[in-house]
Amino acid sequence: MALRPPWEIKREVVQKAVDETDAAYGCEPEKRNLEQRIEYGFLNVDKQAGPTSHDVTATVRRLMGAKRAGHSGTLEELCSRDIRV
Amino acid sequence: MTGVLPVALNDATKVLKVLLEGGKEYVCVMQLHGPAEPSMVESVLAEFQGEIYQRPPLRASVKRTLRTRTVYYINLLEAEGRLVLFKAGCQAGTYVRKLCFDIGQVLGTGGHMKELRRTRVGPFTEDVALASLEELAQAHDQFKEGDASRLVRLLQPVEDALALVPKMTVRDSAVDAICHGADLAIPGIFSLEKEITPESTVAVFTLKGEAVSLGRALMSTEDILEKEKGIAAKTERVVMKPGTYPKKWRG
Repeated sequence: MALRPPWEIKREVVQKAVDETDAAYGCEPEKRNLEQRIEYGFLNVDKQAGPTSHDVTATVRRLMGAKRAGHSGTLEELCSRDIRV
Repeated sequence: MTGVLPVALNDATKVLKVLLEGGKEYVCVMQLHGPAEPSMVESVLAEFQGEIYQRPPLRASVKRTLRTRTVYYINLLEAEGRLVLFKAGCQAGTYVRKLCFDIGQVLGTGGHMKELRRTRVGPFTEDVALASLEELAQAHDQFKEGDASRLVRLLQPVEDALALVPKMTVRDSAVDAICHGADLAIPGIFSLEKEITPESTVAVFTLKGEAVSLGRALMSTEDILEKEKGIAAKTERVVMKPGTYPKKWRG
C-alpha cells in the first residue's frame, strides 16, 4: 500500500471574514522586481558531485550579492568521497 | 551526491526549517554484493514501504538511536546484474545509505549505495527552474550585460517554499503587528485551510499571496471558525520586513 506523500495532500480553504487588500502596500510575489526577488527568493540549484552543499550555498550567496544564504539540508557530502565495497 | 538543493537568500532563509522537515525524493543506484532475481528485489523493496525502523549510520549528524521513518513509496526502476535503480519518496531524516544496506541484508546478498540523486525537496522538484552553478553564473553574466530576464526566471519566491504548509491568510490590518512579532489573533484572519490542528506549523500569508511569517497553531480550524477572539497562532519566524504594511495597532 502506497502512502500519500506530503506533496500529494490537497487542502481546502475556508473563509472567515470579508475584506480586501489595499494595492498601496506590499506586492504580489510574481510582480516583485529583481532586488525584491533576491530579498525573498530561492534558487533551485542542481548540485553536482564534488563541492559540498555548504560550498554551493557560499558560491550562490557571493554570486547573488546576498547578505545571507542557507540550504535545506545537506546532500550527504560525507559519503560522496569514499564508497567502500 | 547530486540533485535538488534549494538555496534560500536573505529573508527567505527564515523558512528553511520547513524544507528541512519536508519530505524528499531520491533516485538511487544500489550495488548488490551477490546475484538476485529482479522479482525478488522488487518484493524486498516493497517491504521497505511504510513505517520503517532505522538507526542512523556511523557518520551521521544526529544521535544514533533507533527511530522510525516513513517511506511513502519505493519503486524499482531497473535491475541489471548486481545493480538496482530505484526511486523513493521519504520523510525528512531517512538515510538512503542505510536503506540500501538494510535492503541488502534482507535480500541476503548484502549491498550498498552507489549513487544518489535527490529529485525533490518538499515542493521543489527537478521541474522547478533547476539550474546548475554554471547556468546560474551564466544567468548572472547576462544580467550584468543588461538582461535580467533569465536570472529573474530562476529566482523562485519564498512563498513557493511554503506550498505544502497549511496556510492562514490575514487582513492587511494584521500584517504589520505580526511583522513586529505579535501572535495572530482571530479577528485578523481572513481565511484558513481546513484540518489545521493545534501545534501544527502554519504559514501566514497576506491577501496578495505574500508570506508574512511561520507560526504554530494554537487552535483547530473548527475552533477558529467558531470563535470571535483569542490567539489562533503563535508567531515563530517573521519573513516579511516590518513597515511593508501600515501600522494599525497600538503597542
